[in-house]
Amino acid sequence: MTELIIKNGFVYDPLNRIDGEKMDISIRDGKIVESVKEKANGINASGMVVMPGGVDIHTHIAGGEVNSGRLLRPEDHVKDVEVKTALTRSGVGYSIPSTFTTGYRYSKMGYTTLMNPSMAPLEARHTHEELADIPMVDKAAYPLLGDWWFSLEHIRDGLIEENAAHIAWMLQATRGYAIKIVNPGGLEAWGFGRNVHSLDDVVPHFNITPREIIRGLCKVNRLLNLPHTIHVHTNNLGKPGNYVTAIETMKCVEDLAQGDKPVIHITHIQFCAFKGSDWSTLSSGAGEISKYVNNHNHVTLDMGQVIFSNTTTMTADGPFQYGLYNITGNKWVNHDVETETSGGIVPFKYKRSSAVHATQWSIGLEIALLIEDPWKILMTTDHPNGGPFTSYPKILAWLMSRAAREITLSKINKRARKKSLLPSIDRELSLYELAIVTRAGQAKALGLKPKGHLGVGADADVAIYNIDPQRLDISKEYKVARKAFKKAAFTIKDGEVVVKDGEIVKPVTGKTYWIDVSTSMPHEINDDIKKKFREYWTVEYENYPLPDSFIHSSFPIPVKAEV
Amino acid sequence: MAVITGVTCPVCGTFCDDIELIIENNVIVEARNACAMGAAKFLNYSAHRTKKPLIRKNGELVEVSMDEAVEKAAKILVDANYPLMYGWSNTSCEAIRTGLELGEEVGAVMDNTSTVCHGPSILSVQDVGIPSATLGQLRHRADLIIYWASNPWSAHPRHAERYTMFSDGRFEGSTWKSYLSRLRGVMSRKKIQRASNLVLKQDFCFTPQVEEGLPSSVHQKRRRTIVIDVRKTRTADAADCFFQVEPGTDYELLQALRVLVNDGELDVDEVAGIPIETLEQLADLLVNCKLGIIFFGLGLTMSKGKHRNIDAAINLTRDLNKRTKFLIMPMRGHYNVTGVNIVFTWQTGYPFAVDLSNGYPRYNPGETSAVDILSRDEADATMVIASDPVAHFPRAASKNIAKHPLIAIDPEVTPTTMLADVIIPPAFVGIEAEGTAYRMDHVPLPLKKVVEPPETCLSDQEILQRILQKVRELRRDMN
Repeated sequence: MTELIIKNGFVYDPLNRIDGEKMDISIRDGKIVESVKEKANGINASGMVVMPGGVDIHTHIAGGEVNSGRLLRPEDHVKDVEVKTALTRSGVGYSIPSTFTTGYRYSKMGYTTLMNPSMAPLEARHTHEELADIPMVDKAAYPLLGDWWFSLEHIRDGLIEENAAHIAWMLQATRGYAIKIVNPGGLEAWGFGRNVHSLDDVVPHFNITPREIIRGLCKVNRLLNLPHTIHVHTNNLGKPGNYVTAIETMKCVEDLAQGDKPVIHITHIQFCAFKGSDWSTLSSGAGEISKYVNNHNHVTLDMGQVIFSNTTTMTADGPFQYGLYNITGNKWVNHDVETETSGGIVPFKYKRSSAVHATQWSIGLEIALLIEDPWKILMTTDHPNGGPFTSYPKILAWLMSRAAREITLSKINKRARKKSLLPSIDRELSLYELAIVTRAGQAKALGLKPKGHLGVGADADVAIYNIDPQRLDISKEYKVARKAFKKAAFTIKDGEVVVKDGEIVKPVTGKTYWIDVSTSMPHEINDDIKKKFREYWTVEYENYPLPDSFIHSSFPIPVKAEV
Repeated sequence: MAVITGVTCPVCGTFCDDIELIIENNVIVEARNACAMGAAKFLNYSAHRTKKPLIRKNGELVEVSMDEAVEKAAKILVDANYPLMYGWSNTSCEAIRTGLELGEEVGAVMDNTSTVCHGPSILSVQDVGIPSATLGQLRHRADLIIYWASNPWSAHPRHAERYTMFSDGRFEGSTWKSYLSRLRGVMSRKKIQRASNLVLKQDFCFTPQVEEGLPSSVHQKRRRTIVIDVRKTRTADAADCFFQVEPGTDYELLQALRVLVNDGELDVDEVAGIPIETLEQLADLLVNCKLGIIFFGLGLTMSKGKHRNIDAAINLTRDLNKRTKFLIMPMRGHYNVTGVNIVFTWQTGYPFAVDLSNGYPRYNPGETSAVDILSRDEADATMVIASDPVAHFPRAASKNIAKHPLIAIDPEVTPTTMLADVIIPPAFVGIEAEGTAYRMDHVPLPLKKVVEPPETCLSDQEILQRILQKVRELRRDMN
């Protein structure tokens, strides 16, 4: 029985409505408890901020596309190396760090739970092999199911319950956590080099529209009682004028909401909030999007903030990546996956001097600041698409300090600066709100109950930062706060101190979460999938699902479905 | 008797996973669905193998215990300043992961067989990227298949049947019928010839068919296959159309095609021995398909031009994507050579030729690649796993391998093991040990254990784990 007590820290625990209260946090056997014995090991956190461990709802850290990105970019790694130590493995950065380095760097910033948002089901084995090599954090992955032939056919034929049962099978087979939808319909069309351009375009050969796919899978998600909502990367991503598509996407499931519970998560919203008819007239759609979100409770978003850096873009949105390749002429990887999805990778440099990139930078922050309720907008860069996750402290500084924003604003492209809404926004996020957008809100949106808070029974994942909220005005001295968020004073994972003063002191392995949905007809579904298997895929049925023994520290979350 | 289905075949990069094995008394007696290469391995793998660890003592290889062999191997690695650990593409990803940990511990150079096979393809991907797909995508959709400088009929025997010309997909069907009718034509011509020889006692000559440009079959509305190679291979016999390239001119041909698909004009009569008019028709064919795919082999990567050939091929594919959908894929050889690139990359950031001697991964093919290190005689110890470099490397490199301590983890008797100082024979992965491997299109599949290994043989991963443990012990004692 190991015990630990964190003493006298200023605790920010928004899920339990604790806002900077000076209190002790007791830990026993990896869980938060009421109290521990006097002689328990203590951490003196006086003059420091104590938060739940960071949670990232959307970060590309493992799997086929991430690794192809690594292979593609030796020039990305060569200047950013990690030397082996007695405790840690070696590796390389920068925008697509090797697996060990990914785990260490997140942990050093106080993060303890990561969600890998795009896993081609056929290549799930690969994703999980890499997740096993990412130390320090708990993790999970979302299988890509929006263009899966079974989904398209079932939803077209109105067989929602049937589809739900098939998706339950798929979550089990791939050890997945949520339903990921990317450019619905567009990826199937990309099989022959085409795309869809609105919610009502018909997907070639399948006679179904993106709207029907999103609504269908939203209903499926509800029937399965999944803890997270559908996780949607919209159509028309990265195209001027696409804020209309984003709003229509949110609207199209408005009637499926029950009460105030969200039913859709729109990811990296910055990339879907472009106004204007072409690149020269590009402006921000942040006003319209935040207005809609402020008036509706069925949606959560994450930022997909852009950082001025040389990064690597990677999504399952094959046609979007092809477009990006056409714009940049850069090296380009495309990887279509039979019956399921596609994928693409293009290195990309966001420049301050570019009107488009600077506008994108502004849009991300505008949305985060204009949406009043921080529970609805979570902080991400869509790592590495907007920039590497190691830039998170920079974003926090922009969110907490108008002064920090103004400094960057003064350096960006003039045209973009003129159009930016940021000068009109005074809002500065408090530490309480920052705790929401980086952990509490993320865990809540994920439905990940033991994470994102410090209440009794929660996992003892804690981040302690060297910020004294009584002495430090984070809005003025954002540089101090930024530094503190870069290197956590302590990161505690499952009750053990794993990082001290921004350095790894104890390497640990994390759990892999997945959703184990029980349905009433598993055998029928098995038979149906088996029957079509050889027709749809080029592997055998028995080699497709992952055995539990394959998953590193497998942690199923049981869910009972309504089908 | 037991029947085991869905077994993956640990031979080539096609990595078929539909093999059915019949097992009697821990022996595979039949391998259904397997090609000649696969069946040969499943049925005969155990015929000539080493079963017990060996150490060279006074010039003679003598049998020793596993512990002694592991200790000796660990000692060699610990004592070496700049060890090379080479091979990996015929073992499981699990073993490779442990191998990388060991390599990091001893500060080794980690290299795998792609350094002498599709290494240039990888360099090209790092230059320009690669538009590709999984093989099923091509089975369902490809209506134009090009095998360029590769001969799957002999090297990947079930490739065409499972993924391309003789496979049935959702949008494109198998072309076995037209192949058969063509074959029948050839056969009857031969019969007539033989009959005329017998009856007329003289050679009967058909006037060879003179077709203007490409044969008409390539314009049919169905899946079509083209072979481009320096010689007429068995694959070319099965294809709709064959282009014979003058050796060493693939680069010119690729660039000429780039000009033509970009609507340029060429003021020469022929390129690579092929008339421009024919090339223009070929370019039209490329542009007008619904989905095309180029499968390229070592004829492109290891002939004159090397990675520049692949640059040109990938750039041709990129150009074609302006007009239609076009993809390209290397025909990887060993069943897990793709996997070794993948595992190396996720752990170190680089796919091969990774130098860990500085405590962090460094990659500079040409400097940190096995052949170069050995040719310069820099490695003062070598560990070879699941590979046979002595038989395949340049003579100077092989000579230098033999000069220094050599550890071989291999069940087979090979020129490399014959020179080794320590031989640790493992269980055969995919037959006697399980694991994971990656098909040539990056699809991961399980390697299965279908029979028990000899008692004296551990899996590659276990052997490496033991060496790693021993290395750490020795290091601790030294401090």
